[in-house]
Amino acid sequence: MKRERPNPKANRSLVLFACVVTGLFLCLIGYLGYFLQTQREFVINNSYNARLDKFAERVVRGEIRSRDGEVLAYTRTGEDGAEQRVYPYGDLFAHPVGYADYGRSGLEALSNFYLLSSHTSPANQLLNEFSGSKNTGDNVTTTLDVGLQQAADEALGGRKGSVVALDPRTGQILAMVSRPSFDPNTLAEDWDSLISGDNTEAQLLNRVSQGLYPPGSVFKLVTVLEYIREYPDTWQDFVFDCDGVYEYGDYSISCYHGNAHGQQTLPQAFANSCNGAFASIGLELDAGTWRSLAGDLLFNGSLPLEIAYSKSSFSLSAESSEWEVLQTAIGQGGTLMSPLHAAMLTAAIANGGTLMTPYLIDYVESAAGEEQRNFAPTVYGELMSKQEAEILTELMRGVVAAGTGSAVRTDAYSAAGKTGSAEYQTGKETHAWFTGFAPVEDPEIVVTAVVEEGGSGGHTAAPVARAVFDAYFR
Amino acid sequence: MVNVFIELSRYLLILLIALYTGWNFYYLCSKNEDRRRRVVHLQNAAMFLLHFIANLILYLKSQDGRVVLFYLAQAVFFAAYLGLYGLFYRRLSRLLVSNMCLLLCVGLIMLTRLSFDHAVRQFMVIAACALATWVIPFIIEYMWQLSRFPWIYGTVGLALLILVWLVGNSSSGAQLSLTFAGLSFQPSEFVKLSFVFFVATMFYRSTGRRTVAVTTAVAAAHVLVLVLSKDLGSALIYFVAYVAMLFAATSRWLYLSAGLAGGCGASVLAYALFSHVRVRVAAWLDPWADIDNRGYQITQSLFAVGTGGWFGLGLYQGMPYRIPVVEKDFILSAISEELGAVFAVCLLLICLGCFLQFVLLAVRMEAMFYKLVAFGLGMVYITQVFLTAGGAVRFIPSTGVTLPFVSYGGSSVFATFIMFGVLQGLYILKANDEEEFALEEAKECGL
Repeated sequence: MKRERPNPKANRSLVLFACVVTGLFLCLIGYLGYFLQTQREFVINNSYNARLDKFAERVVRGEIRSRDGEVLAYTRTGEDGAEQRVYPYGDLFAHPVGYADYGRSGLEALSNFYLLSSHTSPANQLLNEFSGSKNTGDNVTTTLDVGLQQAADEALGGRKGSVVALDPRTGQILAMVSRPSFDPNTLAEDWDSLISGDNTEAQLLNRVSQGLYPPGSVFKLVTVLEYIREYPDTWQDFVFDCDGVYEYGDYSISCYHGNAHGQQTLPQAFANSCNGAFASIGLELDAGTWRSLAGDLLFNGSLPLEIAYSKSSFSLSAESSEWEVLQTAIGQGGTLMSPLHAAMLTAAIANGGTLMTPYLIDYVESAAGEEQRNFAPTVYGELMSKQEAEILTELMRGVVAAGTGSAVRTDAYSAAGKTGSAEYQTGKETHAWFTGFAPVEDPEIVVTAVVEEGGSGGHTAAPVARAVFDAYFR
Repeated sequence: MVNVFIELSRYLLILLIALYTGWNFYYLCSKNEDRRRRVVHLQNAAMFLLHFIANLILYLKSQDGRVVLFYLAQAVFFAAYLGLYGLFYRRLSRLLVSNMCLLLCVGLIMLTRLSFDHAVRQFMVIAACALATWVIPFIIEYMWQLSRFPWIYGTVGLALLILVWLVGNSSSGAQLSLTFAGLSFQPSEFVKLSFVFFVATMFYRSTGRRTVAVTTAVAAAHVLVLVLSKDLGSALIYFVAYVAMLFAATSRWLYLSAGLAGGCGASVLAYALFSHVRVRVAAWLDPWADIDNRGYQITQSLFAVGTGGWFGLGLYQGMPYRIPVVEKDFILSAISEELGAVFAVCLLLICLGCFLQFVLLAVRMEAMFYKLVAFGLGMVYITQVFLTAGGAVRFIPSTGVTLPFVSYGGSSVFATFIMFGVLQGLYILKANDEEEFALEEAKECGL
């Protein structure tokens, strides 16, 4: 046998490779551990993952509760063992709580994993196993408040639209109302008509996050912020003489119902929602930076939300025509946004420029009441500087104190906000918007209301928001 | 009641495989022959217990009497294989035989759960392979002329691969198999072995520039044909094995870095040229973007692994059948889902243990030819394990290779049997050599 060793270093090479391979395997195993620790819930909860349905064979779905412990959804097991999901508040919480049959939506989808995970004691589980009964799933407590939800629903009074309330300090969503609604208790009977092609009401749509509306004058928050950024030294010197219709070349922009506002400073133009003043401001802005500001404010991109939502759009660019610029400045043109997005912008202003990620699940506890998960508020990011937030707060305070938002003016608390009356189709009444917060000094609640075809924001949407504020500060 | 048992047995199965894995590394570290022997006995006991418990669950859940018969047949087979192999080859590596049986056993458990018919088919293939590869250690021991025909290994292997490329049956877009007399087989599984022999014989003769250049050209031709057949996993395995053997034979960093640079260049080129490469990479980078289509397989695998968690859902409690080609490329995901990620990690560590044993063997072999064969086969084996495991958990893009001995597939299991047979032969060769040496020394001292 040949015993020569042509390469005396061969063994060192072998050991080197053995070490590299072992290292790679350790990395692989480490990655698997990382995946299981960080992504497991996301993977399990994914709607494409059919495995959770198997959990339901051995676990009775847990309850969904409001922040004050009221039951919003529970499972009733009949004597024959048949299970039925019951929603005690009927259509009131239809959109945020959602439904669990016919696919899943809202919190029924979002917290599916928790509802189907059982943390009853091992002894109980063993007992259940022998007696052939199912384990009880964990209960999910939401951030939703029954009182605010009812107040918002009553204030809408059967009109189409949506109301969302959140806590700007934490991002907790306190109320989420979308109308028209549906009753999740009778979904089986109503399903066919709800999804029928002849149905134009879109009851299943959660207008709060999925409805896209032209923002109208609410968008002046963005326009004015861009103006302040581009003209940091001179914006306070702005004056505009409003005669009700602003003419520029062949174009004309009217104020609401052609009201002539007269001599306007920037705070006055904002408070009175003077379209002419803002159209003229639009012409002085740089479309590129304006667009990038809109991007920073979450237009044309993802929102940090776990529920289903539609992306807001801002279509202006450097190539756009002057007409588009004039329209965009006052929140018309190609701009669309959801009420929840508007609420998030307002919350950032109320919270000194920092947006807290909105969320719906507060904590999860076992059937015996032991806490399993607690969701702490998380910072999404700084949408604007503290000074900018303060300037916008001052402007919004003016809207309520001396402008179109007078419906929210009260001695009980101090509010700030912005109204909007958004044209969406010629010949139809405008969509009414209001977004604002209170108290101005130390904001606790943000409310955004949209009443479809409600006319003027100040007259129609502001009173809806007022009702929610009143309920909160009662 | 059955559920309580399954619940408890989940942890028991994990405990057994964890003990087995621990003993595996204890064996590798220990020098004492008696202790090693005892450890392997413990391992075999753990394996039979694991096999029994798992099959009991399979029976309780399926209520199929055939499962009992099938279990008995397997148990008899494993007992016979472990016993007879040891009887026939006295100085064999018992750890290697034990590991083979464990991997086969886990594979059969999972296959029985996924498809009883496939499991039976696989078992028959395994039994036939066990019988056919019985003599390989014997051949290795006495036919050291194996190092004489580099060009036979090179040309036959390459010709087979080209044949597959030209007339192979395509499955999911790649040409992988040939059908011959009604039997379909995957030549690339076997050419892996002839490829290692080719490279070893070439470098055993010379590591001069000319030989290296010629060998590299032939190796590159192998890889190129595989890439053209869209068998990316195999192409990668051949490539890694070649670079490793080149470096082992020469210890020249220049070759290693040139090889790695060439590999990177080729990857970039393949990415630019072939759409199926881009599809795989895109599915790897963001499988969630296209769950319904390109990301389907990998996301289903991640659902399986993620839902199973560390301790698994228990046999029959998950949905591993939702992963496309779960029995072959994604068997590890199925194991992880139902038996637990801990179980899967132990299985990977056992595979790694096999590889380390091969490297130790290669280190101890004195003849360069044997050294290179042992090391080359070891690299082929472990690269394949890494590709399938990494693909299943999205550590690397999925390349569509099987987990040797565990996955379903006749060619894969046969080729792995040959590979382990050759390595077992080398092990026996070395042991005999050492014994002779010791005897000679004893004689000299006596005189």
